[in-house]
Amino acid sequence: MSNIISTRRRRLILGLGAGAGSLLLAGCDQLSNLPQTRRVLSSEQWLTRAVQDTLVSRDALAPEFPRADIAPVFRANGTTDPDNPKYQAMARDGFRDWQLRVDGLVENPKSFSLQEIRSMPAQTQITRQDCVEGWSCIGQWTGPLLRDVLARVIPKPSARYVMFFCADPMDDGRDYYYESIDMRTAVHPQTLLAYALNGEALPIAYGAPVRLRLGLQLGYKMAKYVMHIQLVSSYRPFGRGHGGYWEDQGYTWYAGI
Amino acid sequence: MTSLASRIRTGIRARRSKIKKEFTRRHSLAVRILHWVNFVTVAVMLMSGLQIFNAHPALYWGVSSNFAHPLLSMNAMQDNQGRVEGVTSVGRYTFNTTGLFGWSKGEDGHYTDRGFPRWATLPGSRWLAMGRLWHFFFAWILVVNGCLYVLYGFASGHFRRDLWMTRTDWRRLGHTFVEHLKLKFPRGDEARHYNGLQKLAYLVIIFVVAPTIVLTGLTMSPTMDAGFPWLLWVFHGRQSARTIHFVCAMTLVAFFVVHIAMVILSGLWNNVRSMITGRYALEPARAHTVEEHHE
Repeated sequence: MSNIISTRRRRLILGLGAGAGSLLLAGCDQLSNLPQTRRVLSSEQWLTRAVQDTLVSRDALAPEFPRADIAPVFRANGTTDPDNPKYQAMARDGFRDWQLRVDGLVENPKSFSLQEIRSMPAQTQITRQDCVEGWSCIGQWTGPLLRDVLARVIPKPSARYVMFFCADPMDDGRDYYYESIDMRTAVHPQTLLAYALNGEALPIAYGAPVRLRLGLQLGYKMAKYVMHIQLVSSYRPFGRGHGGYWEDQGYTWYAGI
Repeated sequence: MTSLASRIRTGIRARRSKIKKEFTRRHSLAVRILHWVNFVTVAVMLMSGLQIFNAHPALYWGVSSNFAHPLLSMNAMQDNQGRVEGVTSVGRYTFNTTGLFGWSKGEDGHYTDRGFPRWATLPGSRWLAMGRLWHFFFAWILVVNGCLYVLYGFASGHFRRDLWMTRTDWRRLGHTFVEHLKLKFPRGDEARHYNGLQKLAYLVIIFVVAPTIVLTGLTMSPTMDAGFPWLLWVFHGRQSARTIHFVCAMTLVAFFVVHIAMVILSGLWNNVRSMITGRYALEPARAHTVEEHHE
């Protein structure tokens, strides 16, 4: 008798275990839809950022590659031709009227023409671009260091983030692409305002006339079609407050991994 | 060789028999807690990992993605009649994997192009941002849990006592393997310890697969590559690291399948109880068998 009871009990416990297991997985799926879950899970990025900022020095460089490694076809992702009449007009004109406004928490707000950007001391790097989707492409990028551009406008000590506002409309024109990086990333010795890819003027599909190029983060941080740079103390007031277009869709602000 | 069904029947009979069973304390409390935390964590890591894989269901070798020549890819393709099929390519070989890889049912019940099917990913729907949140949050739990286990394993003597391969284990490895294939599991005093095959499997998972999956995961981080460029050298570049990461994950799946099969075949209740309460019942030793006389 006791054996029968214990067999029943065993079956019950094993059954409960199996049931709990499947509930757990179904539950995780359901949990994904709760904003609280997303808030808790995405807090991981601040731990990851703190640990990576500690382990990896400010000046650590992304590896550079030989010419032979340059991708024959560099994949263009995200917007490849901004549906924006003003942008298209500028593009037809070779971006002669394009002006990059740099302002916000700076002593000396300034607008740069493409000619001015191109005449600044430039860095050429053959580096790897990693997409959040998982693929990587190697390309040769040329442009001035962002920190040299910032030096011309003299950031105020209260400036903590650099915002990039772009020409590509997203979600049928309800928003424009935007991004933000911290000052540590902004002054990194490989952070470029790139105007050339593989030795040629940056094509439209890759963000003409100027895009951001970072050595240590994923592709979605590297805003294309940059029109306006603003130094701020917080990215909260912009967009939906998460620091960028993809961040507002649930991707992490810190994209070092 | 006795059939599987009859072996399971024998197992049930043995459990119901009135033979007084002897118990041994198999798993310490620490191992039991770490085991179940690990179970949940690995399940979340695996399924969210497949969600991330699905964002670009192709693998490459080397520093970057040679889109024309993936090592492995899962795609939806149209055949001559205009029907869509799931096609999985491994090197030069292609397989029709409709319903499983490349083309399977989405949340609305309609077929959609996706690498791994809905039931294998977390979340079930295509949602890369959420998959990454699950993956990187639980990666921290996995690493903390793993470090605690390794510290405990060395400090308590668990590795030395229970998992270290002895000379006898190596010598008997072939024999143990054959015994496992015949579904003959150790009994009596033999069952007080892990056998060589078990030890080897656990050692490879703990000291080879687990560290490799963590390191290849870190190699995919562009920030880690800047701070620790040797990672790229060790794993032949970021895309190779991604491929090795995937292969390790599939190795864990294979381990899990065999692990569950062994748990069921060698006494589901006894094994599960031993991992919950620590108590493991020793089946009485068999009468001497022919194989044992050969020893």
